[in-house]
Amino acid sequence: MRNPLSDEVVKIKPSGIRKFFDIVAEMKDAISLGVGEPDFDTPWHIREEGIYSLEKGKTFYTSNSGLKELREAICEYVDRKYNVSYTWNTDVIITVGGSEAIDIGLRAMLNPGDEVLIPQPSYVSYEPCTILAGGKPVIIDLKAENEFRLTEKELRDAITDKTKILILPFPNNPTGATMEREDLEAIAKVCVEKDIFVMSDEIYAELTYKGEHVSIASLPGMKERTILINGFSKAFAMTGWRLGYACGPKEIIAQMTKIHQFAIMCAPTTSQYAAVEALKNGDDDVKMMRDAYDQRRRFLMNSFKEMGLECFEPFGAFYVFPCIKEFGMTSEEFATRFLEEEKVAAVPGTAFGDSGEGFLRVSYAYSMERLQEAMTRLARFVEKLRKEQGR
Amino acid sequence: MREKILSVIEKESRVEIKDLAIRLGLNEIDVANEIKAMEEEGVICGYHTLIDWEKTSIEKVSALIEVRVTPQRGQGFDNIAERIYQYPEVNAVYLISGGYDLLVTLEGKSLKEISLFVSEKLSTLDPVLSTATHFILKKYKDHGTVLSRPKTDERESFVL
Repeated sequence: MRNPLSDEVVKIKPSGIRKFFDIVAEMKDAISLGVGEPDFDTPWHIREEGIYSLEKGKTFYTSNSGLKELREAICEYVDRKYNVSYTWNTDVIITVGGSEAIDIGLRAMLNPGDEVLIPQPSYVSYEPCTILAGGKPVIIDLKAENEFRLTEKELRDAITDKTKILILPFPNNPTGATMEREDLEAIAKVCVEKDIFVMSDEIYAELTYKGEHVSIASLPGMKERTILINGFSKAFAMTGWRLGYACGPKEIIAQMTKIHQFAIMCAPTTSQYAAVEALKNGDDDVKMMRDAYDQRRRFLMNSFKEMGLECFEPFGAFYVFPCIKEFGMTSEEFATRFLEEEKVAAVPGTAFGDSGEGFLRVSYAYSMERLQEAMTRLARFVEKLRKEQGR
Repeated sequence: MREKILSVIEKESRVEIKDLAIRLGLNEIDVANEIKAMEEEGVICGYHTLIDWEKTSIEKVSALIEVRVTPQRGQGFDNIAERIYQYPEVNAVYLISGGYDLLVTLEGKSLKEISLFVSEKLSTLDPVLSTATHFILKKYKDHGTVLSRPKTDERESFVL
């Protein structure tokens, strides 16, 4: 039989921490700090709108780009929250999660050999999606001393004649890092000067704990060169509904819509009706969840401080990224021992790129009780390691 | 600061002041002082425990009683409400808008005990015109907490 597989796909390497995941899968009684999704249920009024839409028989495809009502609500929301104004019928596409928007955005924009700058540590799909779209990923290793922000110098150093897109994943998974207005202004200046497009993945925008989230698309000269990606999963606790969106220049959105049309048809109809309700009446829910996350974030930061574990204070998403370099182990060794000896599972930083080495992603999308128990165990583990090392 | 403190302790009355201060990013002494002040001002009236008695061997019956009364000149409903809330078996007394005046919630050991209370004590009060007693058959949710089913975490344990 002939080789049934695509060489290009086979070449894409699965996550580098396979071994660790295998151990996690076998350990049933471990407590996990490993999830990347909210612990809250989708607010009831949002679920109810989904249910009503089903009762009313709204079970057909929507237009390829998504419900008019939802696209209008998105334009209103993005304008109200992030001061960027888009036109609902040309600048917006509703996708199956922010992740689809990343994929079709890259496929719509890249020609063979185009370089895509990917700051890491970051979400795992940018690199493979770039490769599948025929582009060349160029990794920028973000640094703990910059609190994992992207600096102007790091950006300039990575740019070549072939650079076409910069992916800007802030607030960041896994570090929790955010970019403030000044940070973004410096980046925007370079993008305009070097004629680079930005794919700004702002899926965690609502989960910002210091000041307001700033979208790079709102800065002068940037709207026309930015694909703004957002969605409902994190802000409204709607991961399973699979709904996201992209806003951007109409030429790009039109090509993205073409791919989306052939691959997906349209995003789930039920989810779209629920999402309209989320945008119109969900502000209080978002605030309630953000306040809860913020309390947990402070609790974790304080716990790390008490156990003398180095960690910069992140102000976004629902992750903290403590440094475990003092123990002289790799992230994976640390995470594996922590799992085996204390039955707590946290993700090795290397799952998100080589520059995550020496760090651990701790998710705080968990109840306070769970986090308290996990921190008690971490403190015990850290003490034990220090004793072992004769400190 | 008050609103933040209250929003946490309304649900978690047993939280340690130190932990509360950490979670809210406030100074521990300030939080302690604010809680003390709110206790003294009667903003915080007590720290109760939410119990699902169904899951114990202790028999309890609760009822809601709609009470229509004649308000008294110069006193409105306050006097009669006070008469009613003195009884230790009375859990809560609310003045209500709509078809009746006072909503009284009661807890007793048996249906009989509650019936006796209504017929012998409540109905015989002079200003009371009529009562309607509703026994609670099952509590699904109380004080914002769902009692019937424990919540489990159904998420995949690892998602990047």
